[in-house]
Amino acid sequence: MVRMIDVYKAYPNGTRALKGVSLQIEDGEFSFLVGPSGSGKSTIIKLLTGEIKPTEGRVLINGYNVNAVRQKDIPFLRRTLGVIFQDFRLVEKKSVYENVAFAMRVVGSSPREIKIRVPYVLDLVGLSHKARRRPAELSGGEQQRVSIARALINNPKMIIADEPTGNLDPARSLEIMMLLERINALGTTVLAVTHEKELVNRFSKRVIAIDGGRVIGDRTGGYYQYEAIRN
Amino acid sequence: MKRYETSYFFREGIRGIFLHGFMSFAAVGVIVACLLIMGSFSLLALNLDNMIQELQNNNEVLVVLDETMTSDEAKQFGTDLAKNEAIMRNVQSAELISRDEALEVFSGKVDPETNFLLGFGDDNPLRDRYRVQIMDADLMQETIDALELLPGVAVVHARLDIVEDLGQIRDTVNTICLLLIVILMAVSIFIISNTIKLATFDRREEIAVMRMVGATKRFIRWPFVIEGFMLGLLGSIVAFFLQWRLYDVFAGFLARMVGRIPMIHALNVGDVLLPVLAIFLLAGFLAGIGGSVLTIRKFLRV
Repeated sequence: MVRMIDVYKAYPNGTRALKGVSLQIEDGEFSFLVGPSGSGKSTIIKLLTGEIKPTEGRVLINGYNVNAVRQKDIPFLRRTLGVIFQDFRLVEKKSVYENVAFAMRVVGSSPREIKIRVPYVLDLVGLSHKARRRPAELSGGEQQRVSIARALINNPKMIIADEPTGNLDPARSLEIMMLLERINALGTTVLAVTHEKELVNRFSKRVIAIDGGRVIGDRTGGYYQYEAIRN
Repeated sequence: MKRYETSYFFREGIRGIFLHGFMSFAAVGVIVACLLIMGSFSLLALNLDNMIQELQNNNEVLVVLDETMTSDEAKQFGTDLAKNEAIMRNVQSAELISRDEALEVFSGKVDPETNFLLGFGDDNPLRDRYRVQIMDADLMQETIDALELLPGVAVVHARLDIVEDLGQIRDTVNTICLLLIVILMAVSIFIISNTIKLATFDRREEIAVMRMVGATKRFIRWPFVIEGFMLGLLGSIVAFFLQWRLYDVFAGFLARMVGRIPMIHALNVGDVLLPVLAIFLLAGFLAGIGGSVLTIRKFLRV
């Protein structure tokens, strides 16, 4: 579960990225976080992953208080999350299998557990047949699916997808979103950050709109309703 | 640490060396080059110091006995001297030169036309003396003082000025060499650790991914530490064997060029190799592990 209570964030250079953001995401929810560039979306993700701390307000995520979390506990906070990036961030010199397996090694899983779990998750994202390939040998959509498999491998409470379809064509984008929807149906909370209106409009999910560091809308439905607010 | 974790760290460390082949090659190359430069200079300094010390120690003093001493008493002086432990600690040998032998040697060196000793006829004015070889030139003055106090000693002749000059030369050479070695070592460690930093920097994205999936600092650090350790070890061993070969060539060259001058010779290979190996391994480890730990620390801040 995520709770942000009246959160402000100012960077050392004086940029005020968030100005009193409050929101709550329940376990098992699928939400879109939408907004234009510079609206504060990335700052919210950084707060949720413990990369930065809020200037004011409180951020609680999966039982961790980001304001008070100690440096040595941040890896454990991150283990409750699976993060997916626009640029995939796969290790080029590792195979698909190794890219996924090493996320399990990081949390101290035994080789036996890894041998059982990795093929299962690769099957879930439809990449069992490409386990031995290197990321460079895969298409963009496939690379993103490896990234999703890596995010899923440790059974996180929540998946945070930061512009997961930013580098993909519309057909692959839809495929990835549908995969995320399926993961959500299995009980994992999903927060997808995007500015692709068409994609958001195809799913009838909760949409949290942010602009100028403030939440300007939070309801179930399409992206279009926020354009009306902004205009 | 669990067993499979340890084996994973080692596997990853070794794998990292091959995966980033060019950077690993560069790191090992720089370690070898720096250690060779530092090692060659240190060995040169060590040999120079040894040669000066041998020159310095190749000193003798002349202990001239009282003119009233008979030949038998002069021989007895030698026997007594050999029993004097305090003096003999710094004496390599003491050779008796009788007054007749001294006259013979003196006459052999001087033109008969100007040899004033011939005027004495059979009445040899020279005295019995001992040629005493000193072991440690630094303790020469103490030995002279002790010899002068012995009964029957008229005077002790020594070229303390030469000894002092050689001592000063040796001190100066040692200071300069030590300074240069320290500078070379610092530069070497700096260059080596920077090369390893570069190799680690090449993998910053991998580290960022590890952080994002919840890796602890320990988990991220270990494979890099092992990789740095392996690179340091490899570089040290290669440098050691090259240094060994180079030293052999140097010693052979010196023997061919100035083999007839006993003071100028290279130190025995066996005597210098072990310290060289120890220093190379230490420097390699320090640079390898230090370079990787320092760099990773930078990437582990968030």
